[in-house]
Amino acid sequence: MLTQEKQAPALLEATKTIAGSEAIMLGLLQEGVDTIFGYPGGAIMPIYDALYDYREQLHHVLVRHEQGGIHAAQGYARSSGKTGVVFATSGPGATNLITGLADAMIDSTPLVCITGQVFAHLLGTDAFQEADVISISAPVTKWNYQVTEADELPEALAKAFYIAKSGRPGPVLLDITKNAQLQKFDFAGYVPCQHIRSYRPKPIVRKEYIREAAELINNAQRPFVLWGQGVMLGSAEQEFKAFIEKSGIPAAWTIMGAGALPSDHPLNVGMLGMHGNYGPNVLTNECDVLIAIGMRFDDRVTGRLDKYARQAKVIHLDIDPSEIDKNVQTTVPVWGDCKETLPLLTEVIKEKHYPEWLQKFHTYRDTEVAELIRDELYPTSGELTMGEVVQQLNELTNGDAIIVTDVGQHQMVACRYAKLNQTRSNITSGGLGTMGFALPAAIGAKYGAPDRTVVAVIGDGGFQMTLQELGTIMQSGVDVKILILNNRFLGMVRQWQELFNERRYSFVDITSPDFVKVADGYGIPGKQITERDMLKDALQEMLSHKGSFLLEVMVAKENNVFPMVPQGCSVSEIRLK
Amino acid sequence: MSNPQQIDRQEYNITVYTENHVGLLNRIATIFSRRKMNIESLNTSPSEIEGIHRFNIVIHESEEVVRKLVKQIEKQVEVLKAYYNTNQDVIWQEMALYKVPTDVIAEKALVERLLRENGARAVVIRKDYTVFETTGHREETDNLIKVLQPYGLIEFVRSARIAIIKDSEGFNRKLREFERAEPGEEVVENEFLNSRDNVFTM
Ligand SMILES: Cc1cc2nc3c(=O)[nH]c(=O)nc-3n(C[C@H](O)[C@H](O)[C@H](O)COP(=O)(O)OP(=O)(O)OC[C@H]3O[C@@H](n4cnc5c(N)ncnc54)[C@H](O)[C@@H]3O)c2cc1C
Ligand SMILES: Cc1ncc(C[n+]2csc(CCOP(=O)(O)OP(=O)(O)O)c2C)c(N)n1
Repeated sequence: MLTQEKQAPALLEATKTIAGSEAIMLGLLQEGVDTIFGYPGGAIMPIYDALYDYREQLHHVLVRHEQGGIHAAQGYARSSGKTGVVFATSGPGATNLITGLADAMIDSTPLVCITGQVFAHLLGTDAFQEADVISISAPVTKWNYQVTEADELPEALAKAFYIAKSGRPGPVLLDITKNAQLQKFDFAGYVPCQHIRSYRPKPIVRKEYIREAAELINNAQRPFVLWGQGVMLGSAEQEFKAFIEKSGIPAAWTIMGAGALPSDHPLNVGMLGMHGNYGPNVLTNECDVLIAIGMRFDDRVTGRLDKYARQAKVIHLDIDPSEIDKNVQTTVPVWGDCKETLPLLTEVIKEKHYPEWLQKFHTYRDTEVAELIRDELYPTSGELTMGEVVQQLNELTNGDAIIVTDVGQHQMVACRYAKLNQTRSNITSGGLGTMGFALPAAIGAKYGAPDRTVVAVIGDGGFQMTLQELGTIMQSGVDVKILILNNRFLGMVRQWQELFNERRYSFVDITSPDFVKVADGYGIPGKQITERDMLKDALQEMLSHKGSFLLEVMVAKENNVFPMVPQGCSVSEIRLK
Repeated sequence: MSNPQQIDRQEYNITVYTENHVGLLNRIATIFSRRKMNIESLNTSPSEIEGIHRFNIVIHESEEVVRKLVKQIEKQVEVLKAYYNTNQDVIWQEMALYKVPTDVIAEKALVERLLRENGARAVVIRKDYTVFETTGHREETDNLIKVLQPYGLIEFVRSARIAIIKDSEGFNRKLREFERAEPGEEVVENEFLNSRDNVFTM
């Protein structure tokens, strides 16, 4: 964000009279926006008209559905660390954003969504394409605001960007009536927002808690770190690594935190939660000090709460005070941005190693490899597994690709096994679990990180929820690798029906079109494979193809994702089969 | 029920200082409705500071739940500060209006005595009806309903609760701190909950 000093020249410029819609363009440029995902319509036409003059600087990607637009903006935000921007029209355009808003809200993704609205004098009259977007979106936005006068626009936009990105990030929606877009007003320059008196994005760091936390850590015998997306949201990967390496504490991740520490780091002991690794789950109930960093103890991570880490003293580093003690009672709450709190903590902890304790994780790891990982990643006979596809992909990308996943079994498999060398490499819909997320999010991720390879791993069910975005790929020419793992089932639900409903497969049998043909219709080359000996070459073809490519891999119909902490069970009760 | 959360449920008074922002009432209300919780009473009014609004919310819950709710309320961008207090920590009042037929009152001296005993005051006296007003705690205003029922109570209405926090110094000094980019620690703390696990910093 620009500083006040850099602002000065703009302020000195003589006041000029411009339309509200043009003020938005100038504001977006000042905020450093380079890409917008959107879809036009009547109530947002003045904004699109203004955009026509700024189309060189503000690259607009025309999506095929507003849900695709907002997921693309999420993918952009997650791969780049910047705020994603969405345009949509009033009524149906705006309501099509709701799923994405809810997704971005629960996953703390910074977005600024701009929706057109009917003329102010028509509000509340059931005007054409009028929907009460402010009320509808309130529970799924960090902040929203309706602008009805052009001269409110610069300040509202500045607040929107500030709120979206500061503190715990989240989606913001500005609903702008058509008259405010058209109205001319005296524009005195755009000043980015840096302070709102009623809003405290970061709690004040309290030194006594740093001291207390350090004391617990220094005296621990079996400390265990759980990290989450907060490490990335705070851009604190380096600070986190320094903390882990000095403290010598084994660390495990939530799927939203995956990649903040490279997969092959010696202290990275794997994934937490329902489909996480064996050791991290079991040993959560054996550690003596649990240090949670930028994670919110989601129920997919904790399993049954009254049997979760009851023996441990808990240190929770989080920027959001409402997360402290929400699910797990904290011994020491370390409020604040972990980018600030981690270095303070690192400074006062002792340099230590826990070879025996770390060995326990390795022993569990060996069991997990022997009992299930080996068969999942390196099968030699039978149908193709999802795991071996991800494993082959790792070998070809060497862990440098961005992996965007949809929701279901393939998501869990990809999160478990994808090799991630760098941060911001795993993009998934975690909190809401929105099927249909991956394809549009991958498009956005590529715009946010144009130099990186982006692979969208998607199930046959989820792909059919947003496959219209193939049209966006076709038109924009964006390079996204689409990897469909087709098990001919809504696999994750089928797995639950198999395990918990006595195989009563109720409406999980899903048929699909010929995906390769569908892609072909959009001018996207593709291939379907069914045999193991074709896998590597097909993946290589997909990766080395210039431009988008769709690869459909027919995998085993009825494989299950294990390990699994069944719902309502403690993390110690994790099942390997 | 033997659920411990049920056992220590009691009335809490939540006081919220906010900016004047369209839609904020809705955002605050959904914090409760989302958890399927009933708000017992809700009042919005100006505060001691021009432009700053004050919400008084009454809720019957356990302290643990109320603490979490207050944190969610404070998280709203336009909320400056939220406090929660038990009934012992606040001075509170509710107002009630009662409409009764005038002839009954005129004829029966007893009724007038009852009204006086209950601290009621006539606001409007007409030939056909009289409107009385009382201010007090719930039991007091409730009591008068019972008293008046046999004499043809025509209409009754009670206001939301308003409450003043006994230990509060008001919000003036705090607001000045909030206007600074880096407010002092002591104003940001919730000084009414000044024990370790109750304090939180925004
Ligand atoms: C089918 C399915 C299965 C799933 N199974 C699993 C599973 O097995 N394991 C798993 O881990 N997840 C699983 N999930 C995801 C799960 O639902 C949650 O989304 C995930 O656990 C949340 O991770 P998180 O707490 O790291 O991230 P978030 O939900 O993004 O929370 C981030 C936390 O960091 C804090 N924070 C933000 N910025 C900062 C900062 N600068 N400094 C400090 N703190 C900060 C925030 O306040 C918040 O508390 C599954 C999802 C689906 C759809
Ligand atoms: C929009 C939406 N609807 C329903 C669900 C519930 N759901 C979770 S996983 C899943 C099955 C996904 O099937 P598929 O996309 O084929 O992936 P697989 O599990 O087979 O890998 C369903 C239906 C959801 N998460 N999102």
